[in-house]
Amino acid sequence: MTSTVSLTVNGKAVSAEVEPRTLLVQLLREILGLTGTHVGCDTSQCGACVVHVNGTSLKSCTMLAVQAEGADVTTIEGLADGDTLHPMQQAFHENHGLQCGFCTPGMIMSAIDLAKRNPDPSEKEIREWLEGNLCRCTGYHNIVKSIKAGAQAMNA
Amino acid sequence: MYNFEYTKASSAGAAAEALKADEDAKVVAGGMTLIPTLKQRLAQPSTLIDLNGVDDLRGITVTGDTVTIGAMTTHDTVARSAEVAKAIPALAHLAGLIGDPAVRNRGTIGGSISNNDPAADYPGALVGLGATVKTTKREIAADDFFVDLFETALEEDEIVTEVSFPVPEAAWYMKFPNPASRYAIVGVFVAKAKDGVRVAVTGAGPCVFRVPEMEQALSSSWSPDAVADIKVSDDGLNSDIHASAEYRAHLVTVMAKRAVAGAK
Amino acid sequence: MSETGIGATVLRREDRRFISGRGNYVDDVNRPGQVYAHFVRSPHAHADVKSIDTTAAAAADGVVAVLTGADVAADGLGGLPVGWGITSQDGSPMIEPPWPIIAQDRVRYVGEAVAVVIAATRNQAKDAAELVAVDYNPLPAIISTQDSIKDGVPQVWDDAKHNICFDWGFGDADATNDAFAKASHVTTVDLVNQRLIPNAIEPRSSVADFDSSTGEMTLWCTSQGPHAVRLLLGAFVLQQPEHKFRVVSPDVGGGFGSKIYPYAEYATCCWAARRLGVPVKWTAERSESFLTDAHGRDHITKAELALDGDGRFLGLRVSTIANMGAYLSAFAPLIPTYLYATLFAGQYTTPAIFAEVKAVFTNTTPVDAYRGAGRPEATFMLERLIDAAAKEVGVDPVDIRRRNFIAPEAFPYQTPVALLYDSGNYGAALDKALELSDYAGFEARRKASEAAGKLRGIGISTPIEATGAAPSAIAGQLGARAGLYESAEIRFNATGNVTVFSGSHSHGQGHATSFAQVVSDKLGVPYENIEIVEGDTGRVQMGMGTFGSRSLSVGGSAIVKASEKIIEKGKKIAAHLLEASVDDIEFSGGNFAVKGTDKSVNIAEVAFTAYVPHNYPHFTGDPEADKNALEPGLDEQAFFDPLNFNFPYGAYVCEVEVDPDTGVTEVARFTAIDDVGNVINPMIVHGQIQGGVVQGIGQALLENGVYDQGSGQLLSGSYMDYTMPRADNVPNIDSDLTITPCPMNPLGVKGCGEMGTIGSPPAVINAIIDALSGYGVRHLDMPATPQRVWSAIREARPAA
Repeated sequence: MTSTVSLTVNGKAVSAEVEPRTLLVQLLREILGLTGTHVGCDTSQCGACVVHVNGTSLKSCTMLAVQAEGADVTTIEGLADGDTLHPMQQAFHENHGLQCGFCTPGMIMSAIDLAKRNPDPSEKEIREWLEGNLCRCTGYHNIVKSIKAGAQAMNA
Repeated sequence: MYNFEYTKASSAGAAAEALKADEDAKVVAGGMTLIPTLKQRLAQPSTLIDLNGVDDLRGITVTGDTVTIGAMTTHDTVARSAEVAKAIPALAHLAGLIGDPAVRNRGTIGGSISNNDPAADYPGALVGLGATVKTTKREIAADDFFVDLFETALEEDEIVTEVSFPVPEAAWYMKFPNPASRYAIVGVFVAKAKDGVRVAVTGAGPCVFRVPEMEQALSSSWSPDAVADIKVSDDGLNSDIHASAEYRAHLVTVMAKRAVAGAK
Repeated sequence: MSETGIGATVLRREDRRFISGRGNYVDDVNRPGQVYAHFVRSPHAHADVKSIDTTAAAAADGVVAVLTGADVAADGLGGLPVGWGITSQDGSPMIEPPWPIIAQDRVRYVGEAVAVVIAATRNQAKDAAELVAVDYNPLPAIISTQDSIKDGVPQVWDDAKHNICFDWGFGDADATNDAFAKASHVTTVDLVNQRLIPNAIEPRSSVADFDSSTGEMTLWCTSQGPHAVRLLLGAFVLQQPEHKFRVVSPDVGGGFGSKIYPYAEYATCCWAARRLGVPVKWTAERSESFLTDAHGRDHITKAELALDGDGRFLGLRVSTIANMGAYLSAFAPLIPTYLYATLFAGQYTTPAIFAEVKAVFTNTTPVDAYRGAGRPEATFMLERLIDAAAKEVGVDPVDIRRRNFIAPEAFPYQTPVALLYDSGNYGAALDKALELSDYAGFEARRKASEAAGKLRGIGISTPIEATGAAPSAIAGQLGARAGLYESAEIRFNATGNVTVFSGSHSHGQGHATSFAQVVSDKLGVPYENIEIVEGDTGRVQMGMGTFGSRSLSVGGSAIVKASEKIIEKGKKIAAHLLEASVDDIEFSGGNFAVKGTDKSVNIAEVAFTAYVPHNYPHFTGDPEADKNALEPGLDEQAFFDPLNFNFPYGAYVCEVEVDPDTGVTEVARFTAIDDVGNVINPMIVHGQIQGGVVQGIGQALLENGVYDQGSGQLLSGSYMDYTMPRADNVPNIDSDLTITPCPMNPLGVKGCGEMGTIGSPPAVINAIIDALSGYGVRHLDMPATPQRVWSAIREARPAA
């Protein structure tokens, strides 16, 4: 009871045999081996699994793989340009926006979606935007700082 | 998740036909509630009929006195629509309070109201504005659409296609979110229109409800003070580890007052 | 100070892989041919397991095996061990119930495993788990900490009468009673320190792979200390000898204490892999984490403070009931005893202290160390009690603390509760906190809030903490069943770069960066030429792991000791190369030099010589000539077992704004001044403190592990109901440091990982009570949720 799903992931055309119940995050992690996208909860709250589907941030734990047929998916692995980090990745590094690193891929993917809509978000706007991304290590202080810097760098 | 078959619907009508043919099938819109439910194995549909490819269910049309939103329009689209913000600012504001950004990017108005979660925001707007729900079969007034806890007037093979909101003179929505889930513990939508005032409360009870005493008071005097002393009964309100029925009843008054104060 | 040495803000080298999605967490580890475990868990808080029928599950698609408690028993596996023993006041040992890795005849909390299904895919294992038919006979359950010791309530264990695991006493009861007898005022508070659920964002996970040809087991698991897991699971549960057991904890996504323990699921994966001959993998779903990760806190306490007429503390008497849950988790008995009552002096000179702690069993998830572990409970008790006393005797909360602080010249200071404090200047930290928080300007801000219809309050707390648990010998006398040292090895490679092996484990703390800074500083090796290896018993010689804010003060000190040994040997090699006496060789900045000359050799050359020993002081067999002879190689190991704990401290100021109509509390400002001794990397220290403070704000305002008192179901069992601090719940944290070096370790450092979590909850609650003081509110339980605050206002001021 599987079907073929074909999509573009990080610029590459891929296809895979999946059960309809296979989640997009399972396709990414378990079939495509892109383990940078994480699973931290089962109620669509933590945001560790956020990826971009056709340019907007979505929770890949709350979307079926078959629903991504024909989509253009970007994961954390697809952000850097060779050795050059994406400005948001660089900002997280420079501002100590991560500790254990587990929530970080989802944080960065969410942050980029914000920065595309709002080139200079305020602290309040960033904190509100992060409603769907949990971090247990940083207390958010340096994540907020990172996103502010990253958004400015992206839109410089 | 239990396994299921998956099909993409070509149109709302085709999806309705498929539902008619298989009573264990379910329609998936944004999936923001359905997929977590499936993950918890709380539902076991035979087939998921996906509406995501049905483009004519997406979109917003604003005419002079009506805002019409296609069933598959995402919360984010509504929240960021300049047209909606101009015609009914309260509606754009409400859509921007649903879930979190990633959920708003995927979740839809049709999915939300068809599910009729007692803590969802949209039922407040539909009842508060006296909206009309258009389905594959008919038109249903919002007051008749939301029946009870997770129960709507929709028949088994009936699918929401769009929702039309009359443009009010002024309206606002105040939400007191559950600190954990961020769903509404209490959400109060107030609207003042030519044909009268509406006060709709979501989150507090098993289903969205109106508060006639507040509507009457606001009809005579559209001001926060008019509702300040009107308490709803806590009888039958929801109670959980975050908020007792009594606290919810109190919050209905506070949120109503603030919604009137913020109305635009 | 060099740009990469001790004290420098060095950006973290581990970041690159995390921000690129190239971390290697346990769920990212896959072994050829692996199968998946899914546990069947009890839906009952207390029940006899009458029978388990696995027939249908075993026949389901993809199923490899279905194992139950009977199989565990048949294979002779041991139970999960307890690492600390406590003796009751009457001299009897604590009740230590057996804890099999899969329940056998009875289940004692919701979520306890009764069977495990192993199948080719995760979904198949989960599908088949539904087919395991378990016949339960439900029994009445005891959930409430408060009620657990009452007559006639259900008993979790037959031999733990009144559900009491131990009834421990500590301090001087007579002296304390005397102090109360002569007190001019006694303040009493009744407090609940609620149950918390740790919630590292990475769920626990394990993969076990057994090689039957060699008898070697490899376990990848989410652990804060893989050597401890190897010892405890190998020796006590699996009978897998340590030398044939490799435990790897690669990248771990946060721990907070919850990943210290040798969990049943890890043991089950190992056992099943050994039994079935295939690698077995398990990853918790979040709902499973809620039910099975060790919980934290859960105390009920009555505390009394005796004061003289000048507001000086004469005595402290504390009585606590501490909930252990249904079983004793590995370090559970330690938390409400020696990590709790030993902190009751706080930063103060209270001369007489007595504590009684009853640890109790209930039908709930076992409780163990969670960030702070005993010390947040002690600090919350003390700092709330002091604020209550200040209000009652009419002294300002700042003044009452100052009047009772231990003076800076009094160190080392012996408290009446066993600890010898190392160093401190408590008044200086408080001064800095008051200044940074603009304490003096509070009244103007309060008025501004009032004008906006909000109630503003300010609260302080001056916490102390004991970190870097030590020394082993004393810990042993107090009941520890393990050592508390840490291990390090510094291995120069022939080309001059350095691999450092540490028994600590980083799961967010940045060891790869800060430990390399230490080594670079001590050995003068360029920072980029130093690699830190942790988390693998197959690579790292020995270790205890990371808990109790010990990595730098204990693990870092072991690294310093190893570098001293490197220098010592290097001097001998250099002396040979430079044709000088060893006594004339000085080491500085990476160079060995002959005193008073310009002759020197770099440590990289020394390392090369050590591995390519052509010109080298080889052994010759002539005892006289061999006095200065050396073995080749430059590779040294050291263990560090500190003389004492170290005692970081701080001063925290919290300002809140309360909406009296809704009860919503907003943390408007938070100032944290910490003294953690010397600082290796300020950026990392501030990050630890900010994160810790927010976890403490979480406890004060948001988080609560709530059970249904009748059924024992966990009501806050997902993020839909367990309120995690989110970005919009908290402000930026203004953190700063004072520096008082620690005399107990060669780096002069103290722990920094838990301070924020320890110090912030009382500051927040004190601030809310201050905000509500106009209503006469004197008490508020954590978490101070909107409903609780609203109720407190309403009860204090009945509706007109």
